[in-house]
Amino acid sequence: MTSRPLVIIPAYNEEESLPAVLKELAERTPDYDVLVVSDGSTDRTAELAQAAGVHVATLPFNLGIGGALRTGFAFAVRRGYERAVQFDADGQHDPLAVQALLDGIERGADMVIGSRFVEGGAVTYEVSGIRRRAMKVLQWLVKVLVRQRFTDTSSGFRAFSRPMLEYFAQSYPVEYMDSVEALVQACNAGFRVEEVPANMRGRTGGAPSTRNLKLVYYYVRLLVVLLVSTTSRSQRARRTAQRDGEDGEDQ
Amino acid sequence: MSTEAHLLIIVLAAAVIAFIIHLVRSRRLRAKYSVLWFSIGLGLAVLAVFPGLLEWLSDLFGIAYPPATFMLLALSFLLVLVLHFSWELSRLEDRTRALAEEYALLREEVEERLGPRAGDGSG
Repeated sequence: MTSRPLVIIPAYNEEESLPAVLKELAERTPDYDVLVVSDGSTDRTAELAQAAGVHVATLPFNLGIGGALRTGFAFAVRRGYERAVQFDADGQHDPLAVQALLDGIERGADMVIGSRFVEGGAVTYEVSGIRRRAMKVLQWLVKVLVRQRFTDTSSGFRAFSRPMLEYFAQSYPVEYMDSVEALVQACNAGFRVEEVPANMRGRTGGAPSTRNLKLVYYYVRLLVVLLVSTTSRSQRARRTAQRDGEDGEDQ
Repeated sequence: MSTEAHLLIIVLAAAVIAFIIHLVRSRRLRAKYSVLWFSIGLGLAVLAVFPGLLEWLSDLFGIAYPPATFMLLALSFLLVLVLHFSWELSRLEDRTRALAEEYALLREEVEERLGPRAGDGSG
């Protein structure tokens, strides 16, 4: 086991922004190990990451962000990392904000979400009207599903505990728009999920990966997840019981 | 049914069975599918040779128009088959993904030990 946190950066053709992101991480947070998962990139993403001296996992073809993340989680589990952070390759996450997420893990959470909208979060982050409304609907859906309120369900700025990593290395949702589904999955499986305020910046390069048209598909998928999650409640109960048992032994 | 139509259907059914045999013999069809398709081919052949069977079946179900019985059976079968293929495709995709992830992790390890270019295959 290693006490150093692992920063997992899924990257698909991010040669423009990635070098600056890696440089900033190396300068500001030298205590973190970094893994870049090149998700079937056809540009110099993997090469530039190699040059920066970080770990690089190269997927032979594009799996989508979910597949890239799962690869990262499997890496973290195999190399014995206790904590890992999901970090964007496009420069919108602040390396100095990572510590706030890790603190949440220290407090006993299994997954900590950096929220743009919780009190104290980014004020500079602008979202268009349609996306804002879409996010509201998602927020409501998640609340109904897991009976816990989250302000930023689709944030890709997250930290994970070792048990969460082990769980996600096996069963992270691999289809399009994984983040909300992963949140629901984690809650339903009985993991403790927290939200902390996090600053986010504008993108330094590349184009956002979400299109409005795809959001429709995303909603339909979520409805399916909603149906499925009602059948996995028993799993949640089992895990919670297991956790309580462990806590009891500690005292 | 006219003799010509009867003959046509028999020839078609025979052709389907011959094609299935050809696919299985050249090992281009997995055994698990060959059994399925042979049964279908056989069913087609029986119906082609004895058209009265379809009429008897229609009477049994209370369907006035025998070809509708055939369509119903054919559609149900195709629906189940397509569903099965979707399931199989999902499973294949899962396996492909798992392989790709494993490849990336192993390549990372090789590159870490032997240098960045080692996992490239280009020398």
